[in-house]
Amino acid sequence: MSVASVFPRLEQLLPRVSKPIQYVGGELGAVVKPWESATVRWALMYPDAYEVGLPNQGVQILYEVLNERPDVLAERTYAVWPDLESLMREHGVPQFTVDAHRPVGAFDLFGVSFSTELGYTNLLTALDLAGIPLDSAERTDAHPIVVAGGHAAFNPEPIADFVDAAVLGDGEEAVLEITGIVRDWKAEGSPGGRDEVLLRLARTESVYVPRFYDVDYLPDGRIQRVVPNRPGVPFRVHKRTTTDLDQWPYPKKPLVPLAETVHERYAVEIFRGCTRGCRFCQAGMITRPVRERSIETVGQMVREGLKFSGFSEVGLLSLSSADHSEIGDICSGLAEQYEGTNVSLSLPSTRVDAFNVTLAQELSRNGRRTGLTFAPEGGSERIRRVINKMVSEEDLIRTVVTAYTNGWRQVKLYFMCGLPTETDADVLQIARLAHEVIRSGREASGSRDIRCTVSIGGFVPKPHTPFQWARMERPEVIDERLRQLKQAINGDRSLGRAIGYRYHDGEPSLIEGLLSRGDRRVGAVIRRVWEDGGRFDGWSEHFSYRRWVDAAAAVLPGYGVDLDWYTTREREQSEVLPWDHLDSGLDKDWLWQDWQDALGEYEQEDCRWTPCFDCGVCPSMDTEIQIGPTGRKLLPLTPVNSGLRVPV
Amino acid sequence: MVQRIRIRYAKRGPLRFTSHRDFARAFERAVRRAGVPIAYSQGFTPHPKISYASAAPTGTASEAEYLEIGVQTEVDPGDLVKALDAALSPGLDVLDAVVAGPGPGLADRIDASAWRIELPGVPTEAAAAAVAAFLATPEVPVERLTKQGRRSFDARGAVVRLTVGAGGTAGEAAGVPAPSEVTGVPCAILDLVVRQTNPAVRPDDVLSGLRVVADLEPPVPPRVTRLVQGTLTASGEIVDPLAADRDQVAIAER
Ligand code: B12
Ligand code: SF4
Repeated sequence: MSVASVFPRLEQLLPRVSKPIQYVGGELGAVVKPWESATVRWALMYPDAYEVGLPNQGVQILYEVLNERPDVLAERTYAVWPDLESLMREHGVPQFTVDAHRPVGAFDLFGVSFSTELGYTNLLTALDLAGIPLDSAERTDAHPIVVAGGHAAFNPEPIADFVDAAVLGDGEEAVLEITGIVRDWKAEGSPGGRDEVLLRLARTESVYVPRFYDVDYLPDGRIQRVVPNRPGVPFRVHKRTTTDLDQWPYPKKPLVPLAETVHERYAVEIFRGCTRGCRFCQAGMITRPVRERSIETVGQMVREGLKFSGFSEVGLLSLSSADHSEIGDICSGLAEQYEGTNVSLSLPSTRVDAFNVTLAQELSRNGRRTGLTFAPEGGSERIRRVINKMVSEEDLIRTVVTAYTNGWRQVKLYFMCGLPTETDADVLQIARLAHEVIRSGREASGSRDIRCTVSIGGFVPKPHTPFQWARMERPEVIDERLRQLKQAINGDRSLGRAIGYRYHDGEPSLIEGLLSRGDRRVGAVIRRVWEDGGRFDGWSEHFSYRRWVDAAAAVLPGYGVDLDWYTTREREQSEVLPWDHLDSGLDKDWLWQDWQDALGEYEQEDCRWTPCFDCGVCPSMDTEIQIGPTGRKLLPLTPVNSGLRVPV
Repeated sequence: MVQRIRIRYAKRGPLRFTSHRDFARAFERAVRRAGVPIAYSQGFTPHPKISYASAAPTGTASEAEYLEIGVQTEVDPGDLVKALDAALSPGLDVLDAVVAGPGPGLADRIDASAWRIELPGVPTEAAAAAVAAFLATPEVPVERLTKQGRRSFDARGAVVRLTVGAGGTAGEAAGVPAPSEVTGVPCAILDLVVRQTNPAVRPDDVLSGLRVVADLEPPVPPRVTRLVQGTLTASGEIVDPLAADRDQVAIAER
């Protein structure tokens, strides 16, 4: 049976909404296949606006990997803005894909990529618009299987009621494996219905199916245990790791949107994973070990990606790009190849050292030296030892001054507020640092025309990190510290004038904290917020702290817990955490030890350059560090042939 | 820069929702993908030499949009059409290119547009009555929200011609690609010729005018396509702005 496009109905609504182009598709790189040609069909969603979701690498990669299989079809869908949502409700237009405008409810699988928890309410909107019951338990064989992925899926408990399954870790192989299971099950005539196919997925030990696990609670509200309720379902579900990134050079055909998006560039991941061991960083913990893409593959991807897309910017992505073992050769090689062209290269690296400045210098050959970003993250050396960000004040000043003397006028410094053990004094050190940066910068560069911006984010403790046991600071305390800091920065008029100050209020972080360390009971809060109109929680103009606080107050006391219990309460070693049955490879004892080391202000080295410190990942996941140097060089670039005949 | 080339392109189907800014970005990328030896402006941040003639509003399809590019080495216009069209999404279609000759620039060769307006769900008779009332009124004040706020102006004076076509099914008129997917709804079709004025009178404004004079309220948003733009002759024809350049090329070749 074919599925009709909803476009004829949708297009009548488009003249009435803002930026209609985002709902139209038609991107270069988009794939539209006949419905009947596929045996397994995926709708992939990034649960945010198109302008944020389209550039997402995860979705682009899975989209391409799936569509390369002749009998598989994958299309994309994004969160619709409230103006279109209300028109769709009024006119009965369902959640649709932008590729062929097919209704999401008609697909076999609905995969949703969560890089942040703030997309949860948008998941509910999409399910509801698609005509898929919000509750996984109420779905029938006619509904798609809803699969969550991305970093937030490492604790999918708050959305356990709404998803059928979750995949931890890298998706390239996982989606193909899931496709295979669904393909076979359908070919057999879908025996046992939805329950059976979910059971088959669960038995792989790498797909988490929440309904096959029961959660028991202690009288005080803590979790007693999480146990499988079906034979053959594993006690723990393991994360997936894609090894040998050279075998997976995606995206090869990046999507090139017509609408304006947050990033208009071809992004290449130069490696995955990070073992610097910053204790607040979930991404660094859950993506171990480090796996590099070789210099040759990076060069080839850049060459072909630019040719395919026509982009004029290349981003070399990873969690700490300057740490690639051949980053120097990659940067100078690419800079040479594209010198004199309009291609600009960017390395989103925030490492605080002179080498980073050298790299930035290489890459800015074609362009202006607008701004450089460094992330010391903590204001005092003490707090930097707590978070394991090994940067001495001396290094920091020297690095920033090097940037100024090399022609950069503007430097951004990232910090966090609300870190474990933090006091007012730690935060006020940021002002002193910033003053020192400007003072030394003026002296060394001989110019008063230099600036620095201090940018501060709120700390949110995340699952699978050493800080998963930590208490969050109360928003009032955070806001007061930020106020004092501002005062301190402006305390010196002359220096303060050269310092910009950007910060986030404490309140949104507290809600992020609820969602990131929540358990299944938090699902009721999400649902209530959504029913109350909560949408696009990642956008300050849409986020309502009140709405979340009210929903938490209405729902959580029924379970004997409250918002504070989830956020500002420190956990003990013995407590069963909601994600303990989800295996990121990290040994819980090691994480606890690292938490104790944090409190004792001891630092931890990086296992790429020092012996393995037994975090647990490599043996339990059967993986190993994959790094160079390979000693190879970038292939020379053949001159661009325009292919346009010159008339004679 | 050794050559200037003038190009006609179309905005069709769903991609009629492309805004002018969106198109401009897509076109610059297409230039790079196609390997066009585009010329750049001088200065600290060089820009590719691309200039646009008046663009159809977002949501309006067009068969006749124009732009001009400068190139660093001579290119064959026919090859350029093929290469650029292949480099753009289907629905943004490059139709024609000629080497710019002497004489007035593109903008000076465009003073009128012909539009086709499909009104799905509107009976032909109702449309005909509204058009007759509109044409019989010497001045039809309408309002539009502009960047300067709400403005009131006359929608009648700039209208050179407004007729109701034979009617038919949405999307199948006059051998022109449909602006949208065919829905099979019976609909009235208006043919409109407007002179360029300041402020510009757009099809929307004429539709507002039909509402003002005859309460014509289309049940669904109309589908509008620009068919032609160029120089309006005394006899009411619109001359393709590329025609003069093409003639010169022909003369030169002879
Ligand atoms: C580029 C980027 C951005 C860009 C673009 C975001 C986008 N639309 O993609 C911008 C600047 C907009 C951005 C914004 C933010 N970002 Co950001 N961003 C990144 C960055 C540098 C790269 C992301 C990436 O492309 N990774 C590579 C892809 C391939 O990985 P992936 O998406 O995880 O996908 C893989 C798997 O997860 C899995 N998978 C993904 N989805 C699915 C779905 C299914 C069904 C399955 C089976 C599998 C699966 O398969 C994929 C392939 O293996 C990362 C750091 C990093 N290197 O990862 C931070 C990062 C993801 N961002 C982060 C944060 C915090 C944010 C913000 C919340 C910041 C803020 N406070 O505003 C916002 C959120 C915006 C939003 N609403 O999404 C954090 C996430 C924190 C965490 N989880 O602990 C990261 C990890 C950086 C960090 N170290 O703090 N970000
Ligand atoms: S197991 Fe050892 S080598 Fe592997 S990531 Fe952990 S510390 Fe590094």
